[in-house]
Amino acid sequence: MFASCADPKTLEGLAWLFCYLGSGKHVLFYLSFGTVLLLLAITAPAALLFGFGGAMASRSRIAPVRWFGKTYTSMVRGVPDIIFFLFVPIALDQGLEWLRAQAFCDPSVPIRQGNEFVVCAAAKLPLSTSPEWVHEIYGVALAVIAFAIVFGAFAANVLYGAMNAVPRAQIETAEAYGMSQRQVNRRILIPQMWTYALPGLANLWMILIKATPLLFVLGVEDIVYWARELGSAKTSAYSYPHPDWRLYYFLGILVFYLLMTWGSERIFDRIRARLSAGQATMAGEAMRKAAT
Amino acid sequence: MSQCLQTLQDYGLRSLGIGERLLPRTGFSLCEHFALIGSGLIWNIYFGALALFFGFFLANGLALAKISENPILRKPAEWFIFLFRGSPLFIQFFVAYEALVQLPRAGIDIFGLTVETGWITRAWAGALFVLTLNTAAYSAEIFYGALRNLPKGELEAADAYGMTGWTRYRRVVWPNAMRLAWPAYTNEAIFLFHATTLVFFSSFPAFRQQGDALYYASFFADKTFNPFIAYPIVAGYFILLTLCLISLFGVINRRLNRHLPGAVRRIRYRPNLLR
Repeated sequence: MFASCADPKTLEGLAWLFCYLGSGKHVLFYLSFGTVLLLLAITAPAALLFGFGGAMASRSRIAPVRWFGKTYTSMVRGVPDIIFFLFVPIALDQGLEWLRAQAFCDPSVPIRQGNEFVVCAAAKLPLSTSPEWVHEIYGVALAVIAFAIVFGAFAANVLYGAMNAVPRAQIETAEAYGMSQRQVNRRILIPQMWTYALPGLANLWMILIKATPLLFVLGVEDIVYWARELGSAKTSAYSYPHPDWRLYYFLGILVFYLLMTWGSERIFDRIRARLSAGQATMAGEAMRKAAT
Repeated sequence: MSQCLQTLQDYGLRSLGIGERLLPRTGFSLCEHFALIGSGLIWNIYFGALALFFGFFLANGLALAKISENPILRKPAEWFIFLFRGSPLFIQFFVAYEALVQLPRAGIDIFGLTVETGWITRAWAGALFVLTLNTAAYSAEIFYGALRNLPKGELEAADAYGMTGWTRYRRVVWPNAMRLAWPAYTNEAIFLFHATTLVFFSSFPAFRQQGDALYYASFFADKTFNPFIAYPIVAGYFILLTLCLISLFGVINRRLNRHLPGAVRRIRYRPNLLR
């Protein structure tokens, strides 16, 4: 990368460390922090959307929709989330391949042969001819969908509770004005629910941050993968030989997560203060008293 | 049926190393799924129960330290709680494992006595250690909140009786704090049992393929390419476990609240989502 790093064997001390931390593999390691942030940036809105749909569905007046919503929101209770993270990507992958097999394959060849799940080459996802990066993107996409489904169910619970917390009188007043169900939702219910939803959503964000290392379990090349890869002992066959340094890499990751949660906590405190200001709640009352 | 009993005999205690040594290779009957995944559940219960037990005492101490006005006690407790609540358990497992591996393999000499260190890197000890510290931090935060929300009247009544120090703590502060914290603590216990599934997915190796419920479930899913049997089974086992925990904690909850008529609410089966 740098001209001075051309021959690492001649380097000593800090210069060696500088070159070591700037090597190509390390750049990939730094970029994988971006993968984590990207996952958070995609998953959080997606989960919110799923959660919103789930919460609306569980409030629906149409029974099958309501059943679907209730099942979706209650499925995450009592079952460890990692089970879903392992289950959803495989199930999704097989489901998609099965659908494609129905369209593209010879129907006389069974898909499930003993313990194998085999679809013809044309139905493979992604196609075996597609380049390496497509495979990687596909893996990440499945992981993102798994996260969005699980955290969507969490968010649905939070939002459902928040919608129920909006004072009944507000809804009734709106109905008395002759608003339709849709108008009530859009003008009264949804704008008012956010104050009630915020504590739960803030908690959820923290849990989402702390769930991101599970990407490693899903086979994505994330920070845990690179920390293990780079930290393991390197013999003199490598340009930068060193003993087992995984501990330091993991400590670095630990600090990264501590900073993330600490920073988020600060930001949520601010939002909470802003939302509470002037509200007829206990927090709002406390702020008013503190000001005078 | 008799075949299934045989399978149960072979694999029912497989996770402890009792019974058949080799894992099933072909067939993978439903019975094998249930037996092997169920045997893995022993590890989840082992980790969960012991971590909960040790963590409970540690958490009480930490909560007291955090609420104390003395910064020498308060600051370390605050840092400990922040460290374990602010970082993913998954990473904590990795860090702990890598740190424990650094211990000299041959054992440490203390005054001529050699202390064995090999066992600490094994899951039964190392992962239990991490889980204990982790649950202690989460529970300490719950107990700390309960201590802060103690009813003022109860403390004033204790003062009026002339109770101080340890007597006051044992008779008034602690029982009240437990009573207030119990619903949240039940929730924490459930999450702890769920967290035990991470042990064999992080760096702790499964010694002789003796793993927990999820370890065997993913073994089956990998072998049969069919996630629709193994994972629902392990999910079902966990729902059962959660139900048992809730009824157990409900009994304790009733005992803690027995002096309050009407306050003996049953903890419903509505485990919270958030830790």
